[in-house]
Amino acid sequence: MIVAEQKPLAEIAENIMEAQKVLVVGCGGCVTVCLSGGQKEVDILATSLRILRKKEGKPIDTATETLERQCDKEYVDKLAEKIQAADCVVSLACGVGVQYLSERYPDKCVVPAQNTKFIGGTTEHGVWEERCGLCGECILARTGGICPIIRCSKSILNGPCGGSQDGKCEVNPDVPCAWTLIYEKLKRQGREDAIYEVFPVKDWSKSRDGGPRKYVREDVLL
Amino acid sequence: MNAFEPRIIAFCCYYCAYSAADLAGSMRLQYPANIRMIELPCSGKIEHNMLLTAFEEGADGVYVAGCMEGDCHFLKGNVRARKRVEYVKKLLDELGIGGDRLEMYNLSSSMGPRFAEIAREMTERIRALGPSPLNKASTRIKKDGERA
Ligand code: SF4
Ligand code: SF4
Repeated sequence: MIVAEQKPLAEIAENIMEAQKVLVVGCGGCVTVCLSGGQKEVDILATSLRILRKKEGKPIDTATETLERQCDKEYVDKLAEKIQAADCVVSLACGVGVQYLSERYPDKCVVPAQNTKFIGGTTEHGVWEERCGLCGECILARTGGICPIIRCSKSILNGPCGGSQDGKCEVNPDVPCAWTLIYEKLKRQGREDAIYEVFPVKDWSKSRDGGPRKYVREDVLL
Repeated sequence: MNAFEPRIIAFCCYYCAYSAADLAGSMRLQYPANIRMIELPCSGKIEHNMLLTAFEEGADGVYVAGCMEGDCHFLKGNVRARKRVEYVKKLLDELGIGGDRLEMYNLSSSMGPRFAEIAREMTERIRALGPSPLNKASTRIKKDGERA
């Protein structure tokens, strides 16, 4: 899922400027799971913004809504009425949700309440770790299910780099060396020789260097 | 001289603080009349937004009182409550209300005197801090001699 972290309150408050009616919109997808943008966080943020503005002697009205997902247009459409009534919209979704709201309601100022961080998962309640670097051409089948693009601090395709010590990465002793993990996993599966495979230079045009990506399923187009 | 009488909300766990308050009553212990108690089935029932809302609606101070650590009826409710209190303290600092206005206490149901002491401690603390910035303009600053 997408992992996001809420921005400091002061930054959000500054971006809503002088708005008097603020609609705070959460998302029921990834950001609910990573506890940064679901209904609970929506309520906390709305209360906080009201308190801040009341304190400044410029009280605001807040309305709240948490959509099933903000990255799907049909859910975003449902906001029409509430958006109409608001001077400013604060989105607690990832950057996609913020852009979808802004595209669908171009006359409204949509303020992001989050810093969208990475694709990862929960390792324990309250802890999230990055697992995929969105390279566009997955090689996990050949690396024992461990991603060297994002889990190796240097993103090297043919590791380890030589700085690995006691299975830890030289960049940070709290981080396991991805290439040690890859070697151990391959060995466990009896195919440690696969470590000798030399990966050719990666085609990064399939990732961010190729401009914004688009994925089309011709067979399901309406 | 003006005397500021703080309004304090105490979220009290049914198993300890709430019973301790009962005991304080039976023991005829005096404690400040500034405390408004809200009973919770466990301090772990407290939610971040409940604490914030108390301030929004006019509290000058808020505290959560749960059982002694290790003695929670639901095992870890009080530990979770403390973490939420710590989180909201930071939010209150960000909001300019001040995290000092919020506190977490632990006591057992047999600690009637401690209940009264906490009520006094918190009232003194908030009295020293003055009204919440949200209530500054309010009329609750009473003249000397006026009744509470
Ligand atoms: S190899 Fe590429 S697609 Fe696969 S997990 Fe790593 S970054 Fe993601
Ligand atoms: S020590 Fe391992 S994880 Fe760290 S940069 Fe080198 S190969 Fe990558």
